[in-house]
Amino acid sequence: MTAETIIQSLASGLLMGLLYGLIAVGLALIFGLMDVVNFAHGEFLMLAMYVTFFLFTFFAIDPLLSAPLAAAALFVLGAAVYLLIVRFAMRAKANVGMVQIFATFGLAIVMRGLAQLFFTADYRSVPNSWLGGKTVSVAGIYLPQPQLFGALVAIAAFGGLYLFINRTDFGRALEATREDPGAVALVGIDKNRVFALGWGLGGALVGLAGAIMATFFYIYPDVGASFALIAYVTVALGGFGSVFGAFAGGIVVGLVEATTALILPPSLKSVGIYAVYLLVVFIRPRGLFGSM
Amino acid sequence: MDKQFVARRRRDLITAAGLAAVAAIVPLFVKDVYVQNIMVLTLMYAALSQSWNILSGYCGQISLGHALYFGLGAYTTALLFTKFGVLPWFGMIAGGLISAAIAMALGYPCFRLGGHYFAIATIVIAEIGLLLIQNWDWAGAALGIDIPVRGDSWLKFQFTRSKLPYFYFALVLACVAWFVTWWLEDSKWGYWWRAVKDNPQAAESLGVVVFNSKMGAAAVSAFLVAVGGSFYAQFVSYIDPGSVMGFQFSLLMALPAVLGGIGTLWGPLLGAVILIPITELTRSYIGGSGRGVDLIVYGALIILIALARPEGLVGLFSRRRKEATR
Repeated sequence: MTAETIIQSLASGLLMGLLYGLIAVGLALIFGLMDVVNFAHGEFLMLAMYVTFFLFTFFAIDPLLSAPLAAAALFVLGAAVYLLIVRFAMRAKANVGMVQIFATFGLAIVMRGLAQLFFTADYRSVPNSWLGGKTVSVAGIYLPQPQLFGALVAIAAFGGLYLFINRTDFGRALEATREDPGAVALVGIDKNRVFALGWGLGGALVGLAGAIMATFFYIYPDVGASFALIAYVTVALGGFGSVFGAFAGGIVVGLVEATTALILPPSLKSVGIYAVYLLVVFIRPRGLFGSM
Repeated sequence: MDKQFVARRRRDLITAAGLAAVAAIVPLFVKDVYVQNIMVLTLMYAALSQSWNILSGYCGQISLGHALYFGLGAYTTALLFTKFGVLPWFGMIAGGLISAAIAMALGYPCFRLGGHYFAIATIVIAEIGLLLIQNWDWAGAALGIDIPVRGDSWLKFQFTRSKLPYFYFALVLACVAWFVTWWLEDSKWGYWWRAVKDNPQAAESLGVVVFNSKMGAAAVSAFLVAVGGSFYAQFVSYIDPGSVMGFQFSLLMALPAVLGGIGTLWGPLLGAVILIPITELTRSYIGGSGRGVDLIVYGALIILIALARPEGLVGLFSRRRKEATR
């Protein structure tokens, strides 16, 4: 194992990690806002990949251009899921935690079933997209263009989200509702609108991630499952609810995965992520950046 | 102890004995193998969900990784039988003990985690177990283990001619899981668990040893689930990592309890009796084409029930019990 291969895989790990962060940040946002884990998050990702696939296949729109469309579609889905399902799950008087887990898990099963019904179980891909299969070479290190672009989008999205939360009225309403969902009604903020916006934003972020993923990953109805688990680990590693934590958690997960792949057979590369996750939460039960 | 409570517990016991007796007679009249198969699975899921309910329902530690213990039970039994010829009965006990030991070893760090952190840690740990087994060549790796037929007897716990013996074992398993729950409900442990679930700090201050009572719940829960896994291995005679240790399985195990009523004595049984036949019927009547319609129906049902009856269906059956669980 030469120094070059190590640097090469760490660089790819970093790029992939930023993309993991982008997949996870929507989860972190929703959790921070209302203490809910979306167990259909992987299926949101899957749907975004299909949206990208169909826009490419039927309208020849390159994923680079359709990414905002996928984000918009998933924004609508996210808000709708809150208004039609999660809102009611939150009203439960008993077992609120379990009810929201199973309501969103039920949604995941429905979405997977619908994908199988309408899109079949076949593996799809977006061939010959502008970025697909291309690499750039930086100082002797080869970086795949889709992941590189994904990392840039992730950084831009994190920056945008940061500005949105800190600089806009909606962002301040989001923050206020997160602090005290009961009191905001007194100042005329509609809690449901803010929560729906949070879910919409969460959807839009995973929508962006899905559009990028579609350029280098196969698309099939179950594709979300493994990425969702990585996203939960990313969020928990960073500390639930912390948007910055999701960003940092993503980078850690990407680097750990790349390092594990150097040491263990590829089929075991996720073991490293899981082990590091366990190690972190056993030492810091609220994750790296979670409030204690 | 007030009289009403004692009377209720006696009524529960008599009801359970009556139901078990009725259930024992049913397959003598229902000879259709397909229906018998569904009945076996229903009883198995009732037992699994009842066991899951001990840790997650009564003690409030939501585990989404119980497939680990199910898989450990299945694999221990299958490996001991195929590699060393050890009878499944011993494999069952060994699997149970190994699972209980591992549950306690994992509980040591995990029980410090709260809420979602605990639930996600359980998913991750089960996933590590799955990946390790998938990469363990001696245990059949991703292909799994085909359990060869070496006889047709209770001694070898293999039956090729009839499903009835499996049915009766599953019935006993469901009864044992129910009875253990019934017995623990009114024991020192049962009260500790409910105290830990409601308010761990208050429980601690009242002298409940929170950590130990979580450990106890984990051990009992894991042991019973592993016995279920051993049974399943013999029943289907073929196991592979994904089908016995996948994340889906952890949720399938929890669903009946959630549907019927989490942390209640009758919830898991009620949930299994409704959910498992629906699952199996939708799978075979509308899922055969592989078009996913069964998933849609099943998922929609889960959403509807979770939203419409968050306290579980048990509440529909008696007002009395609703008060009791408060």
